[in-house]
Amino acid sequence: MVALGPHAAFIVTSYVVAALVVIGLVAWVLADYRAQQKLLADLEARGVTRRSKAES
Amino acid sequence: MALIDLANPTRFLNLTARVLPWLTAATALAFAFGIYLVWAVAPDDYQMGAVVKIMFVHVPNAWLAMGVWAVMSLSAIGTLVWRHPLADVAAKSAAPIGAAFTFLALVTGALWGRPMWGTYWVWDARLTSVLVLFLMYLGVIALWRTVDDPSRAGRAAAILTLVGAINLPIIKFSVDWWNTLHQPASVLRLGGPAIHPAILTPLMVMALAFLLLFVTLHLAAMRNEILRRRVRTLWLMQAQGA
Repeated sequence: MVALGPHAAFIVTSYVVAALVVIGLVAWVLADYRAQQKLLADLEARGVTRRSKAES
Repeated sequence: MALIDLANPTRFLNLTARVLPWLTAATALAFAFGIYLVWAVAPDDYQMGAVVKIMFVHVPNAWLAMGVWAVMSLSAIGTLVWRHPLADVAAKSAAPIGAAFTFLALVTGALWGRPMWGTYWVWDARLTSVLVLFLMYLGVIALWRTVDDPSRAGRAAAILTLVGAINLPIIKFSVDWWNTLHQPASVLRLGGPAIHPAILTPLMVMALAFLLLFVTLHLAAMRNEILRRRVRTLWLMQAQGA
């Protein structure tokens, strides 16, 4: 166990907040990617496609 | 592949699909090594004691808070001067990530300040100018959300970003120009770093880890933004066809 001294709460809180923000950023990027993929798939399933893709 | 080829969003998407897994692995490895150095190797500071561990999170986030705005400023030039198709995508995608890093710099700075200075916050030049940077990030994000047309929003946000770039040298040199409670630069300064290598090495590894995290998240967020614009185009096509 690492000895953190009398200010352990400040040190631990810093790392916990940093971890939560990093996890939040990763979750936001992943959730946004899935949401956009789903919207694109739904539109293409309804026959709405980009002209360049439809011609190829 | 020439750099100009990346202007094509489809080629950019193909590149991110190939690069992102490697960047994710490199980021995870850098964080694992950095956290090992911070918690198992780095000694306590002779004055601060174990509180020095906050520095390994605070300083990389403070650097990136300014660095991401610099990236957005270069993108803003790309939008306004060359009308590069990915420039405003890059700027818009970077803003929330930069805001998160700035938030972390402010919060960890406050948590470092309380045991060292006896207060969470003072209105000195360094802390205030970083708070202004955070508010500018929120302003740019709000502007992007307010204007519906991405190209119009991109130009307006680019102008605001370049105006905000004036704050970067103010943040950097605030500790030299004014009397501040915040200490002067210890790493990026003339004459080299003033930190012992036993503490400087973990700091640089953590800085590399956060930099890799930014690059990874930024590329992923740019990919998402390109997909969002494709969805918008398809919606418009559908509306015109109805």
